[in-house]
Amino acid sequence: MITVSVNGVTRQLHASTSVAALIAEMRLAGKRIALERNGKIVPRSAFASEQLFDGDKLEVVVAVGGG
Amino acid sequence: MNENLVIAGKSYSSRLLVGTGKYKDFAETKAAVDASGAEIVTFAIRRSNIGQNPDEPSLLEILPTSQYTLLPNTAGCYTASDAVRTLRLARELLEGHSLVKLEVLGDPQSLYPNVIETVAAAKILADEGFQVMAYASDDPIIAKQLEDIGCVAIMPLASLIGSGMGILNPWNLQLIMERVQVPVIVDAGVGTASDAAIAMELGCDGVLMNTAIAAAQQPVLMAGAMKKAVEAGREAYLAGRMPKKLYSASPSSPMENIIAPTGS
Repeated sequence: MITVSVNGVTRQLHASTSVAALIAEMRLAGKRIALERNGKIVPRSAFASEQLFDGDKLEVVVAVGGG
Repeated sequence: MNENLVIAGKSYSSRLLVGTGKYKDFAETKAAVDASGAEIVTFAIRRSNIGQNPDEPSLLEILPTSQYTLLPNTAGCYTASDAVRTLRLARELLEGHSLVKLEVLGDPQSLYPNVIETVAAAKILADEGFQVMAYASDDPIIAKQLEDIGCVAIMPLASLIGSGMGILNPWNLQLIMERVQVPVIVDAGVGTASDAAIAMELGCDGVLMNTAIAAAQQPVLMAGAMKKAVEAGREAYLAGRMPKKLYSASPSSPMENIIAPTGS
C-alpha cells in the first residue's frame, strides 16, 4: 500500500495505482478536470501511464463560478 | 467608428466582461451571462470535492467554449507561485487555452491586490506563453510594468472587489490609459449601471464585473442594465461630451422672436 494526499485528504492506495485508476475511483473519469502532482501538471494523455508513488501530493481541480 | 474590443489579436463586440460567482444556481448564472451580452466570461479553479455528486453538470457544460471565451482566473491566490500553478492547471483544463486573468491578492479583508506578486507571476506566465490580463491596483507605474512584461490587458480596480463603491479615482485611470497601449479594462468595484457608464465615458476599453450583477436583487435584469450602460458609456466617449461650465449665457431655445413682454 502507498499513502498519497488528494486535495489535502490522505488516501491509501494499492502500490501500482495509476493516475487514471485514482480518477476512476473518485468517479471523475471523463469529467473536465486537471491534475497536478507534487506541483507539476500531469497531462490527461498521461493519466493511464503515470503511476502514483508513496507520499505523492495531488491536486485535482475543476472549473467553478468565480469573478 | 465603434470598433470592437481587441485583446491578444481577437476581436470582441461586447466590452462587458462578467464573472460567474455568487449566483444561486447555474441556470441563473447562464441567464445573467446571456442578458449581459458578455463574450468573455471568467471563472475560478477549485479542488474537486471528494463525494461531490459526479452527475452534477460542470460550469464548462453550462458555458461551452464554443460560445464563450472562458477566462480562468486566480481568485483566492496570495502568492505568485500559487497563481502560476492555478493557471497551469487551467490551461490543462481548457486544453491549451492561454488567455487568463491574473489576480494576486494581498489581504483577505480588503482583497486589495498584491502588485509585487502580480508582477512576478506575470513575468513567469508571459515566459510560458500565457496571454495575461492582469488585475492590479490603479497604479500607473505598475500598469506600465505589466504592459512591458507582455500582459495583453491591464485591469485596474475601480474600487475594492465586491465593494460596489464605484470609480474612486478616475484620475489614476486616466494616467493608466495615457501610459499603456493595450486595452484597459476596469475590474472590480462597479456597483451599478452608472459606474459602468462612467468607466466607459472615461475612455476605458471595457469593464469586468461579477458582484454588481450577481448581488443585485434581480441579477438578470441588472445584467441587461450593465450591457446598456457599457454601450451607452462607450458611445458617449466616442461622441465626445460637451465641456462642463458653471453656467451658460447660451440657452437651448432661440433668443429672437420671443412674444412681447406683458404690459408693453
